[in-house]
Amino acid sequence: MQSEKQTNSLSKFLSSLKQFIEWIDPILVPLLAILTSMIVGGIIIKSVGGDPILAYKGLLEGSFGSAELGPVKSQRAISETAVWATPYIFAGLAVALAFKGGLFNIGAEGQLALGAVFSSLIGYALPGWLGVDLPTIIHLPLAILGGLVMGGIWAGIVGALKAYTGGHEVINTIMMNYIALNSTSFLLNGVMKDPSPTNVIARTPLVAESARFAPIFEGLRVHWGFVLALFTAVFIWWLLNKTTLGFEVRTVGANPDAAHYAGVNVKRTIFLTMFISGALAGMAGAIEVTGLNYRHELGFSQGYGFDAIAIALLGKSHPIGVVLASILFAAMRNGATRMQFLTQMPVDLISMIQAFILLFVAADAIVRFIFRIKSKGERVVLTRGWGG
Amino acid sequence: MDWKRFGFIAIIIVVLFGGVVAIGQVQQRPLLIVTSMLATTIAVATPLTLGALSGVFCERAGVVNIGIEGMMLASAFFGWLAAVYMFHVFEYPTGVSITAGALFAVITGMLMALLHAVLSITFKVDQIIGGTVINILAVGLTGFLNRQMFFGKGSVFEGSIPNSPGVLRAIHIPITEILSPLCGANSPLCVENIAAINRVFDQKPIALSAILLVFISHYVLFNTRWGLRTRAVGEHPKAADTVGINVIKMRYANVLIGGALAGLAGAYFTIESVPSFEPLLTNGRGFISLAAMIFGNWTPIGAWAAALVFGASSALQINMQIFRAVIPPQLAFLQQSYIVGLVPYILTMIILTGIIGKTTPPAADGVPYDK
Repeated sequence: MQSEKQTNSLSKFLSSLKQFIEWIDPILVPLLAILTSMIVGGIIIKSVGGDPILAYKGLLEGSFGSAELGPVKSQRAISETAVWATPYIFAGLAVALAFKGGLFNIGAEGQLALGAVFSSLIGYALPGWLGVDLPTIIHLPLAILGGLVMGGIWAGIVGALKAYTGGHEVINTIMMNYIALNSTSFLLNGVMKDPSPTNVIARTPLVAESARFAPIFEGLRVHWGFVLALFTAVFIWWLLNKTTLGFEVRTVGANPDAAHYAGVNVKRTIFLTMFISGALAGMAGAIEVTGLNYRHELGFSQGYGFDAIAIALLGKSHPIGVVLASILFAAMRNGATRMQFLTQMPVDLISMIQAFILLFVAADAIVRFIFRIKSKGERVVLTRGWGG
Repeated sequence: MDWKRFGFIAIIIVVLFGGVVAIGQVQQRPLLIVTSMLATTIAVATPLTLGALSGVFCERAGVVNIGIEGMMLASAFFGWLAAVYMFHVFEYPTGVSITAGALFAVITGMLMALLHAVLSITFKVDQIIGGTVINILAVGLTGFLNRQMFFGKGSVFEGSIPNSPGVLRAIHIPITEILSPLCGANSPLCVENIAAINRVFDQKPIALSAILLVFISHYVLFNTRWGLRTRAVGEHPKAADTVGINVIKMRYANVLIGGALAGLAGAYFTIESVPSFEPLLTNGRGFISLAAMIFGNWTPIGAWAAALVFGASSALQINMQIFRAVIPPQLAFLQQSYIVGLVPYILTMIILTGIIGKTTPPAADGVPYDK
């Protein structure tokens, strides 16, 4: 009797454990991927003569603060993490949305840069063109819209090429990246260069006061763009899951042939997916300009595009996952300074840990192999042949 | 390779060369301009050619490789690092250090390729994501080590980047010596012309081996049993498997060959071109090689021709600098790298639309093989 009761409660425990594992399964692999990368990172730190525990302590303190740092510095640490996270969320959503539509947008970098350029242009030049001072309520949205539309067009070109000629979006977004970066250099060294006599840097003039986001808290850099980013994530979730367009995007992503037979206009959907994706990346640039830097400077956006891919994959292309992954990446970037201060480990270490995270998330088979987790047999397939 | 495509390539190269000759002829003789541009074109096209060959081997065996960029970057760094280490720490002579550097670059390329192979063949990760992993990893790895090795705690170089042992020297092919006696006694112009033509052929070792490798690859892919098997696993792995070809083994081997070629391309940057490394120095040339591969319709010779087009557009921009004084003001933009630098990118996008002839990838390109 006693033993039967025991086995009963044991099997109950086991079944609830199984339920828990099933519930946690979607985020289990990303979590284990992060853990594995941290361990690999720790081994690297150790092998070059550093102290991994101290390094990770610095990373954590630098990004979320601690009692040791005191309230003022801790507040600033959290604020800076949110500042870093803002463009990551937009760019991560851009890549994630494209993934949902079966497209790989490697060009977030270029779309972001051009978005920033055009947002700055509207920010500093529009009042002069119109000859009136615009109120913030009109000027700020216009500046953001400028970046959004420009990013959208930039990616939309690639979408149209994919839809109507079959030119592969991976190569085309990479090419558009270089075209964008070259054009940005051209503009920022030429017509859009800050004309103030002391300036020697390739950067635009400051945008007008009316095209700037206010900080959320006085004295901290975190601005309302962060809140907008969170709302955008919710909006994209709604768009993907509750609207016809979202359904079409997902159907084309899952199986373009089936979508075609079901009456979806596949070409239009591919174009729209790329356009919205680019618009989100362009917004990342626009928000950086209107919320943080108040201008665009050459070379500030290096690396956002690739980080965004890692974020989208880590967040499993789910808007909430993207927000969480963005905060993680932002925390790492932000905390790296304190880590360097405590252990003299170069900040570039973070890029390497992030590369490992991407590696283990992308190759979830490796993580499943290490931790002996069964696969459900889902597989991302993006490669559908190059060229025409 | 169809004639339409070769014709297009020939027209673009003629236009690019013709433009420079038209502008520069008031200052220099056309023959000298053409030979100098040809020499630059071949040198600049070297990493693109090797990168494209790397892509051809991988993709002919059915593995998409967008990690060429990362393989090149990592090889450029580790090749350079090895050369510097051999020279400064182990105090080997210059020649040995540089050669070891080149060898190390090739090995690095193969190791990166091995990672790509494990990801895409064994673990069946989406091959584009696998390639992206390689690219991001290479940026992080080289950025971190570049700082850690030279400025980190306990670095043997104590916080400064040492001089590299130098770069590979050009190999002189004695055309002038053989042909100039034919010129006769008093025709210095004839000797000068021959010397100018000779300069086109006096390339550095990696540039010369790239050209050799184009023809070797062509022969291997289309005239040997190995090539037939490679193409079989890229076109129809199931059929290949049925007749007893080991698909997995063939794919691994070809991806590793591709890695070695990308590694040699990486060596070009730090062992042959300039004796230094800077983060992100490959600057997208891995991706352009991919475009060259597609434009060349997955054939070595076609890919080489496409790489030469991209090389010629760089040569145009470099040579325009020489004619700064005589360039008409309305064409002065041709000297700016951000304008002429766009040519390869825009050309690539036009190529991908398929206007200039349809490209056909291997049928099983990018598809993991399930038994």
